[in-house]
Amino acid sequence: MLDSQDHSDRIAEILEAHQGLEGPLLPILHAVQEAFGYIPEAAVPQIAKALMLSKAEVHGVVSFYHDFRSKPAGRHVLKLCRAEACQTMGADAVADRIKRALGIGWHETTSDGRVTLEPVFCLGLCACGPAAMVDGRLVGRVDESVCAEVAK
Amino acid sequence: MLKDQDRIFTNLYGMHDRSLKGAMKRGHWNGTAEIIKRGRDTIIEQVKASGLRGRGGAGFPTGLKWSFMPKQSDGRPSYLVVNADESEPGTCKDREIMRHDPHTLIEGCLIASFAMGANTCYIYIRGEYIREREALQAAIDECYDAGLLGKNAAKSGWDFDLYLHHGAGAYICGEETALLESLEGKKGMPRMKPPFPAGSGLYGCPTTVNNVESIAVVPTILRRGPDWFASFGRPNNTGTKLFGISGHVMKPCVVEEAMSIPLKELLDRHCGGVRGGWDNIKAVIPGGSSVPLLTKEQCDDAIMDFDWLREQRSGLGTAAVIVMDKSTDVIKAIWRLSKFYKHESCGQCTPCREGTGWMMRVMDRLVRGEAEIEEIDMLLSVTKQVEGHTICALGDAAAWPIQGLIRAFRDEIEDRIKARRTGRISAVAAE
Repeated sequence: MLDSQDHSDRIAEILEAHQGLEGPLLPILHAVQEAFGYIPEAAVPQIAKALMLSKAEVHGVVSFYHDFRSKPAGRHVLKLCRAEACQTMGADAVADRIKRALGIGWHETTSDGRVTLEPVFCLGLCACGPAAMVDGRLVGRVDESVCAEVAK
Repeated sequence: MLKDQDRIFTNLYGMHDRSLKGAMKRGHWNGTAEIIKRGRDTIIEQVKASGLRGRGGAGFPTGLKWSFMPKQSDGRPSYLVVNADESEPGTCKDREIMRHDPHTLIEGCLIASFAMGANTCYIYIRGEYIREREALQAAIDECYDAGLLGKNAAKSGWDFDLYLHHGAGAYICGEETALLESLEGKKGMPRMKPPFPAGSGLYGCPTTVNNVESIAVVPTILRRGPDWFASFGRPNNTGTKLFGISGHVMKPCVVEEAMSIPLKELLDRHCGGVRGGWDNIKAVIPGGSSVPLLTKEQCDDAIMDFDWLREQRSGLGTAAVIVMDKSTDVIKAIWRLSKFYKHESCGQCTPCREGTGWMMRVMDRLVRGEAEIEEIDMLLSVTKQVEGHTICALGDAAAWPIQGLIRAFRDEIEDRIKARRTGRISAVAAE
C-alpha cells in the first residue's frame, strides 16, 4: 500500500502528463483509477486545485459515472449483466447463486479481498447471455462456475 | 422485400472479412476522394434529396441538420461527434455496425466531417461495449496506416482526425448535449437549448451530433445516388433502416429492411413470426423503450415508419421492435422500464428526478394491484407534469411508455386492482 505522500506524488505526475489537454478531467480520473485501482479521497482536492475547479465539481464527476470507484476493489472484478436479454436467460438466478457462493451482495468485496461483484448494464453480448465481464474480459453463458474461474 | 444488392450493410452478421481489405472488396472506400471533390454544398444537397432522417430516434432530417453548420469559420473549429452510446433497452443495431462493418462508419465520418467543415471527429462509444471498441479501434488504426485518415485523408485533400472516446457508464450520455458535456470531462448532464450545438457545442464550437447509423449510410447514398435511397419507403420516410427485433418472436434478429415495411411482414419474413402465431400478440413496442406501445389492433395494420407511428401516438425511435405475446405481464414490463428511467435520471431537473421515482413507485403498486382506481388518473397526471418540463427528453421518455400503457390497457390495470381487493378475478381478465 502506498502512503499518502506517494499518492500525491503519483497524482502530481498524472496531472503533469495531462497538462494542456482539452477536457482533461475524465482522462485524469481514468489514469488515477488505473494507477491506484480507485480514486483516493485525497486526490480530489489535489485535482481540483490543479484544474481550478471546486472540490464539489470533481467529487460530482467521480460520483456521477459508475465506472469510477472511491474505494479499492478486490483483486478481481466480476461484472454481471443485468439487462433484459440476460435476465430472460436466467441472469437473476445466476446472480443469486453467485452472491450466495461468494457470500456478498452487489458492489461488495469478499472479506479476503479476492472478488468484487458489480452489476453492469448490457455488454452487447445478448446473443450468448447471461453475460459477464471478469477483469475486463468478456465471458458469455455464465453460471456460478465463473466464481471458480475467478478464484484461480 | 429488400434485395441483397440494395443492402448498405453487407456484413451486418460478421460472416465476411471485417478488415479494410474485406470492406473494400464489398465496395466501401470506393471513390471517396471523388465524392469529396463534389464539394460541401453538393454533398449536403444530395443527403437532403435522399430524404435521410436521423436514425437515433428523433428522425430529424440529416441533411438539414448538417446545413446548420457555419459555412465560413469564424476562427473556431467545427466538430462532428458520432453518438455510439447505444444504451436504450431493446436497441441493438449500432453495435452490429461497429463490430462487423466498422468501415461504413469511418468512411461516413470522413465524408460527413468534410460536408460540415470539420477536421476532427469524435466517436463517443459507451464504456460497456468492449468488443465494439476493439473492432472499431482496429479499423481506425487500419485506416490511418492506409492513409484513409490523417493528413490528406483518402487523397481527398482534406485533413481529418478521428478519435474514439469511451464513456464511463451512464445512459444519459446518449443525449446529445450530455454527450458533449461528458466529452469535455464534466458530469453528463444535458444543457439547455438554445444555443444549439450547431452554434455552440463541444468546447463552445459549432458541433453536429449524429447517430452511428445516420453516418454509416451516407457513403453508400452518395455512391448510389439520392434517388436510389429515396426509392424505398413512403415519401418523407425514405431509405433502408436497421430493425432490431427482440422478444416473443421465433428468431429475434437485427435486419436491414426498406422503411415503411408493414410490421406483420417484418416479423413473418425475418423473425419466423410471433411465438404462438400472429393472434398471440398482446402488445408491441415499435421503437425502443421510450415510445408508447402498440396494441394488437394497431399492429394489424402497422407500417414501420416515422409518420405512421407518430399518427398512432407512438414513434419509430430507434426501430427496436419489442414483441410481447399474451403470456406477458404488460404492466410489469412497463414497470421495468420505469425502473430503468428512475435509475438513469441524471437528477438535474426536479420533475424528472422526483417524477421518475414517483412513477416507478405507483407502477410498482399497480403491478401488484395494491392501489386505488383513482391512482391511475393520478399517475397519468404525474406523467403529464414530467413530460415537456425537463431540459432533455429523458423525462418524456419515462412518461410516454406509461401513458401508452394506460391508454391501451386501463381495464387490465383496473381489473388487477379489483381482483386484489375482492380476491377474485373479474370476467374481463378471465376471458
